[in-house]
Formats: sequence, C-alpha cells, structure tokens
Amino acid sequence: MDFWPERTVTEPLLHIDRLTKRFGGVVASDEISLSVPHGELHAIIGPNGAGKTTLIGQLVGEITPNSGAIRFNGRNITATPTYRRSALGLARSFQITSLFLDFSVLDNVALAVQAHAGHSFRFWRPARAEKALRDPARAALARVGLAERADVVVSRLSHGEHRQLEIAMALATRPRMLLLDEPMAGMGPEESARMVETLRELKRELTILLIEHDMEAVFALADRITVLVYGSVIASGSPQEIRANAEVRRAYLGEDSAPVIGHG
Amino acid sequence: MNAVLTVRGLVIIALVVALALVPLYVVLAGNYFPLTLFTRIVILAMAATSLNFILGYGGMVSFGHAAYLGIGGYAVGIVAFEGVYSGYLQWPLALAASALSALVIGALCLRTRGVYFIMVTLAFAQMVYYIAVGLDRYGADDGMTIYRRSEFGGIVDLSNKIVFYYVCLALLLGSIYLTWRLVNSRFGMVVCGARSNDRRMRAIGFPTTRYRLTAFVIAGSMCGLAGALLANHTEFMSPAVMHWTRSGDLIVMVVLGGMGSLFGPLIGAVTLLVLEEVLSDVTEYWQIIVGPLFLLVVLFARGGIDGLLAGANRD
Repeated sequence: MDFWPERTVTEPLLHIDRLTKRFGGVVASDEISLSVPHGELHAIIGPNGAGKTTLIGQLVGEITPNSGAIRFNGRNITATPTYRRSALGLARSFQITSLFLDFSVLDNVALAVQAHAGHSFRFWRPARAEKALRDPARAALARVGLAERADVVVSRLSHGEHRQLEIAMALATRPRMLLLDEPMAGMGPEESARMVETLRELKRELTILLIEHDMEAVFALADRITVLVYGSVIASGSPQEIRANAEVRRAYLGEDSAPVIGHG
Repeated sequence: MNAVLTVRGLVIIALVVALALVPLYVVLAGNYFPLTLFTRIVILAMAATSLNFILGYGGMVSFGHAAYLGIGGYAVGIVAFEGVYSGYLQWPLALAASALSALVIGALCLRTRGVYFIMVTLAFAQMVYYIAVGLDRYGADDGMTIYRRSEFGGIVDLSNKIVFYYVCLALLLGSIYLTWRLVNSRFGMVVCGARSNDRRMRAIGFPTTRYRLTAFVIAGSMCGLAGALLANHTEFMSPAVMHWTRSGDLIVMVVLGGMGSLFGPLIGAVTLLVLEEVLSDVTEYWQIIVGPLFLLVVLFARGGIDGLLAGANRD
C-alpha cells in the first residue's frame, strides 16, 4: 500500500485548531484542538452531551464553526462544502443509521463508489450493469463481511448489518480518513466483537477518528484518546495515560472513587 | 426480467394495446368522441409522466407542474398567432421556453424542502398563471384560438385527428421509455438517492442540488412538449390550463396510478379522466365519488393502482 506518496511534509492528516461552536448560550465546542497523524486511530470519548457529534458535524461540514480552523491533508477545509470534503478523502459513517433504505445493499455501496467516479451526468447506460461501479462495491462489502447480503433490500438488514454497511459505504469512497460516529451503538456483544475485528483490519490502511461509547472497544483499538467534557478537551494521550488520568475518571463517572473506566 | 407475465404486466400491455386500438374503434363505430377524450388522456398522461419523474423518483413534490403545460402551449399559441405555423419552430420553442422556466423556477425552489418546496412551486405557477392573464394581445383571461395546427412540411399531418392521436401516443411512450432510461442511469441513481436520503448523498460526495435541478428541467421540458400537444389538440390556449387545480389534477394522476412507477401516471390519467367522463354523465357531483376513491388509494394502497397490481401478483 503506497502511503500518500505525494505528501512529504510531516503535517498531521487532520489538524483541528481552537475550534469553537456556540448554540445560543451553550458552547458545544470550546476551543477544541487536536491532531491526527497519518495511520493513527484516534478515539474521542466523553459523556453524553460532551459535544462529540457537534465536532463530527463540523469536521464533515454540516455545522459551521464560530471560530477556529480545520486542516485536512495540508489544506484549510473550514469553509469547504460537505461533498467536496468527501472528495478530498474524508469519509463519515453515521451514528444514527442513515442509509438508502429502499435500495439494495449493493446499490448503497455502488452509489458511494459512483460518488467518486467522476460526474454523474450520464443519462443513458444502466448504472446497475456497470462493472466499474459494482465490482469495487462488492469488494467493499467483502471487507466488512457483508458480501452474501449484497442483493437484500437495506430495510431488511439487522441493526448490526446496518452498521457494517455504513462502514462499507465509507470505504467505497476510497477515503484517506474515516470518521466513525459510534459504529458500535446499539450492538450486542457478538456484533461489537465483529466490528472491533473489522476496525482492527481497517486501521492498518486508514487513518481513523473514532467516536465511541464502548470503552472496551476504544481501549482495544485506539492509539490515542481525547476526552471531551462539556465541549472542551480535558485530556489527550495514550490509552494508558487516559486510564490513569484522575480528572478523566472524575468527569466520566461523576465521582472521585471510580475504580477504572469500565463500561460506558 | 420475467416481469411481463404478471398481473401487472398483463394489465399494462392490455392498456397500451387498447390505447393503440382506440382509432380503430372510432372508425368502426363512426363515433369520434372517444378519440378526442383519449387524445386528451394521452397528453395529460405524458404531463403526469414528467411530473412522476421528479415527484415519484426524485421526491420533489411540485405543486406547479401545470405551469409548464401552459408555457409549452402558449409558445405554440403565440407563435401561431403571429402567423408562423411551422412545427419545426414551434415545438423546439415550446421545449426551450419550458426548460428555461423550469431552470429559473427550479433554481429558486430547490433551495427549500418539504412543505416549503410545495408552496414555492405553487407560488411560481400562480405567477406564470397571472402573467398569462395579463397577456392582452393573446386573449388575456379569455384565451386565444389557434387557427391552424403545427405544420411539419407534409411529413405528418396533425390536422388528421387519427395521425395526431398516434403522434401523441408515440410521444407518451417515448417519455415513458426516456424515464426508464433516466432512472436506471447514473444520473437517475443520484436523483433517486437524493429522494431517499439527501443528507447521506452529500456526505458520500454528491453535489445533489445540480442533479435535482437537471431532473427538474428535464421534467419541465417534457411537460412543455405535452403542452405543445395540448395546444394543438384543443386549438385553444387560455390561462385556465395553468390553474393550480390543474397542477393538483396531475398530482392526483401520479399518486392514484403509483408514484415512482413507470406506467403509474398513465394508469392514473386513464382512471381519473375516464371516471370523470363516465361519472359526470351520471351526476353533476362526480367529484363526490372520485374524492373518496382517491382517499382510499392514498390510505390503503401507497403504491397506487400500479402498486395494487404488483401486490396482486405477489400473493
């Protein structure tokens, strides 16, 4: 795998600089700064309402920050529209499953492939017969273990399969970086374990920003962890450092005597 | 596709064959009235087909689609009024005028979503309606008579009612074929994807607005051509063609027949207009019967009549 040969500088792939977002009186993002270098799996944790989803919203361009900057792959993308960020290689999976429910599994992924295969002002040839769209889509499905469900209508998939499909679609856009918004939300232990395996595989080739409540998964996967509370970063470091951080325990569990950060 | 020999497939084939045989019946029976009725049905089915492309497949509920019917019709009418009867000029002009209007209206309306989109398309259609009312030179409120049909230099003679009927039918089937090609192409996948989940489409990298706008313009032009046919059929054009209730009729045809189904609008147009014809012989208050029928379809058959036919095959 060629590792971004066009980039020689050591600037991190994603760099967030003092990002601030207010909703009325609520500061959802309070001068958040963090960097994710190439190849890292960076996890963001924090209690409900910590502003994790607001942060993702700003990263993908659905929410405009009040101040601060986002740099991706050496470019300032703070004001870049969502679809163009996707073209630059920033792919997002949704927290609440957000798929094309009336399309087949393969159609969903093929759309993601199509999004990055030039313009779509092609009016005549049947898209479902194009190998250039279908083959990469099947490959992405195979990577998340959904190959045999390709022709099922999405609304008939199980919850766990929806989450896998979310990831396959993000992969099909051939991203440089994956933004995963709670990929394990609502999963049973077995499904979670399978997702951890999938992410472990993907981690070898992709830079990943993971927002997740499942602490077991976070500590198993992350290279670095950032802890967000009420919109500000209270700690950032390796899993060991975070585990040992007293402030994190206090903020996370709301008490001083918390034994370990266990299950979110 | 082994879908032809289903209940639905057979009904559609029967319908198309029946439409093709209308002139034969007319000639044998010596009664020309059905030809007039069915020419109107075929033309409005084409308008409904164009609406279905954006409404059924694209999820854009345009409540002002009759405006393009009027714009296409007025393009033919005005040019004829000024003494030019060549269809080679009139029809491209009708297409261009309706495409341009759809481009402007669509560019503004597609900034809005949901109910706002419905209201804004309605507002624009009302604007076009009142512009037509203000055209004093072309009959204003009363409309204008078109004394000669479009001329195609002896290749087809539209003043022959049977020839004209077949031209309309061919263009209707052409529109349905075009819709079929479009919705299955890459372009169509984007338009349908934006209906299903526009936010996700943007997240995976599609600038959806420009695709939706293109679909809007295609539908507007298709409807404009139907308008050109309508002007030739009635040999008359008035603002009434663009009245908001006409836009409502087109939506009823699409929903009744089946949104997002290729032949749904045709089935809907035939059902609505034939019912109207038959029931209005029985009672002046025929809408009392059609109204509840429409409600039943909306409540219990979300895929419209076409959806019922497809379901009949499944069970």
